[in-house]
Amino acid sequence: MLSFILRRLLQAIPILFGVSVMVFLMVQMIPGSPLDLLLPPDASPQLIEQMKEAYGFDKPAWQQYLLWLWQLLHGNLGYSIFNGAPVADELFDALGNTFVLAIPAAFTGFGLGILLGVSAALSQGGPLDKLLSAIAITGVSLPHYWFAIVMVVIFSVNLNWLPAQGMQFTGVPTTLAGFKSMILPVITLSLIPMGVVARVVRAAVLEVMSQEFVNTLHAKGLWDRSVLLHVMKNAAPATLAVMGLQFGYLLGGSILVETVFNWPGSGNLLNLAIFRRDIPVMQATIIVLAAFFVLLNLIVDIAQALIDPRIRR
Amino acid sequence: MKHDIIAEPGILEVSNLHVAFGRPKDRVSVVNGVDFSLAKGEVLGILGESGSGKSVMLRSLMGLFPRRTHVTGHVRLAGQDLLAMDKKTLRNIRGRDVSMIFQEPMTSFDPVFTVGRQITETIRRHDGVSEQDAQARALELFELVAIPSAKSRLTNYPHEMSGGMRQRVMIALALACRPKVLLADEPTTALDVTVQIQILLLLRELQREMGMSVVFVTHDIGVAAEVADRIGVMYAGRFAELAPTRAAILTPRHPYTRGLLAATIHGQQRGDHIETIPGAPPNLAHLPTGCAFAPRCGRSVAACTEKMPEMTVFGKTHMARCYNPEPSQI
Repeated sequence: MLSFILRRLLQAIPILFGVSVMVFLMVQMIPGSPLDLLLPPDASPQLIEQMKEAYGFDKPAWQQYLLWLWQLLHGNLGYSIFNGAPVADELFDALGNTFVLAIPAAFTGFGLGILLGVSAALSQGGPLDKLLSAIAITGVSLPHYWFAIVMVVIFSVNLNWLPAQGMQFTGVPTTLAGFKSMILPVITLSLIPMGVVARVVRAAVLEVMSQEFVNTLHAKGLWDRSVLLHVMKNAAPATLAVMGLQFGYLLGGSILVETVFNWPGSGNLLNLAIFRRDIPVMQATIIVLAAFFVLLNLIVDIAQALIDPRIRR
Repeated sequence: MKHDIIAEPGILEVSNLHVAFGRPKDRVSVVNGVDFSLAKGEVLGILGESGSGKSVMLRSLMGLFPRRTHVTGHVRLAGQDLLAMDKKTLRNIRGRDVSMIFQEPMTSFDPVFTVGRQITETIRRHDGVSEQDAQARALELFELVAIPSAKSRLTNYPHEMSGGMRQRVMIALALACRPKVLLADEPTTALDVTVQIQILLLLRELQREMGMSVVFVTHDIGVAAEVADRIGVMYAGRFAELAPTRAAILTPRHPYTRGLLAATIHGQQRGDHIETIPGAPPNLAHLPTGCAFAPRCGRSVAACTEKMPEMTVFGKTHMARCYNPEPSQI
C-alpha cells in the first residue's frame, strides 16, 4: 500500500509539469498585451520597450517560461501587473473565499446526492425512483446562475429573509449575517454535485446489486441494512471518483455563481485577471487550481485503493 | 439408506411449488409443480438441462427470488413453511438452518471484504458471538474444509484465491452455522475436473460427518451418481422422474432420463456413436398442454399431447410422469 502511494505521488510530478507547460502556452495565446492597459495610448516606443524589459516580456517565450517555473518552484507566484500586489496574497484570499462556500456545498451536494441515489436505486422502476431521478436530472441540467437569480428573487426580494449578494464576513463566518450571506450561494453550488452524485450512485448501486454475491449475502441471512453496507462499499470507488472531480470544480469557483452573488472567490479573480490581461495572476490561479485537481485525484486514487484491494498494484 | 418417503415426514417437504417470472400478461412459468420430501441425512441430486428450472427451484427452497416473482406452494423446513413466514423469521433461518453453495466461486463473494470477514459476519449474525470467537470458529471451518495455512488464508481477499480454494471457502461459509439442509447449486461446474472431484469428495465426507440433508443441483449425471442417494430429473419445471440413484441410472422409466443417460459420454472414442435427444427444451412462456417432453419423445402416444401425466409409482420409491414408460429391464 505504501509503495502504491509513493508511486502515485511520483506520477503526479510529470502531470504537474505538463500542466505548467499547458498553462503557460494558453496564456501566451491570449491576444492583447497587459501593457496596453497600463500605458497611455500615446506612450513613446522607448517607454514601451522599458516596460517590456521590466516585466521580462522582451525575452523569448522559453526563457519566460523557465523563469516563471523557477520562481514557482521557489514559492514565488509573482506580482500582479495590474496593481503590483503579490499574486499569492490575492490568490489565497480568493481561494479561501471559495473554500468557505465549496466545503459546505460539497457536504450538502454529496450528502443529498448519495441519499437520493441510494433511495432511487432501492426503489428501482417505482414512482419514487422516477421522482428522485427527475430531481437529479433537474439538478444537473438547470442553468445554475438562473437558479441563483430565482432564489434571490424568492428569498431576498420577495421574502426578504436572506441577503441578495455580497460576502458579509472575512475569512470564516462568525456572525449570523455572515452565515446568512452564505446560504444562497451554497445551495446554488450544491445543485450540480447533488445531481451528478445522485445519478452515479444510483447506477453504481444498481450495478452492484445485480451481482451474484448479493445473493450470497441474502442467503447468509443478513439483514437488509448489512447487505446495503456491502453494496455501498462496492459502489464507493465509482462514487469517490466523481466526488473528487466535482469538488475540484467547486474549488475552481463558478464564475457565473460568484458573479450573481458578487462573491470575491477564485472564479471571480480569474475572470478579472483575464479581462485585465494580468498574466501572473492568470497563470498562478490556473496552476494552483490544477495542482488542487491533481491532489484531489491522488486522494481519490488512494481512497479507492484502500476500499478495493483489487486496485492496489 | 432407506427412504420411506410416504410414511415419515422429511426435514424438508416441498409440495406443489410453482414459480413464475414477469407480469401476469407475459408470465414465464419456470417451476410448474414440484413435490418432494427430503429425509434427514439424505442427498437428493437434481438433474436437468439448462433452463429446466432446477436452479430457480433450488433458490426458492430458501425464499431467494428476484423482484416480481410469483410463487405458490409450500416449502416446509422442519415443519415451518418458508414461503408463508414473515421476512424476519425467514432471515433467521437463512444461513443458519438452510444454507447454499453457489455455482460461481468467482462472483459469489463480496470482492472488497476478506473471506474471513465474510464468514465471521455470518457466524455473528446468527450466533451473536464476539468477533474473536467468530474468528476462532472461522479458523476451525477453514481447517475442516482442508484449506492449507488456514490462518493466513482468512485475511485473503477473494481475488487472491484460486477457484477451488474459493469453493472450499464457500463450503466453509455454508457450513458455518451447522445447517440442517444444504442447498448446492452446481458447486463443481465452474471448476477444473481434478478440483471438481476433490470438492465432491469433501462435500460427501462433510455431509456424512455432520448428518446434513443436501439438495444438489447439477447437469452432470456422473456427479449426481457420485453424491446422491436419490435423483430427481427435471424437465420444463417438473420432475420427470424421481428414483433412488441406482434405479434411476440402471432402469430409468422416463424416456427423457433414458435419453440423458444415452447422451452421456463414457470415454467413447472419436467415431463412436453418441445418441442425442432431438429438438430443444420447450419455451417456458408457451408450454404445450400435454407432456412437455412429448414433441421430442420417441415413445409418445396419443394421450401425451392431451394431458400432463401424473407421477406414477413404479415399485416402492421409483416415480415417473409417463404414459408409456420404458420397460423396467433394458
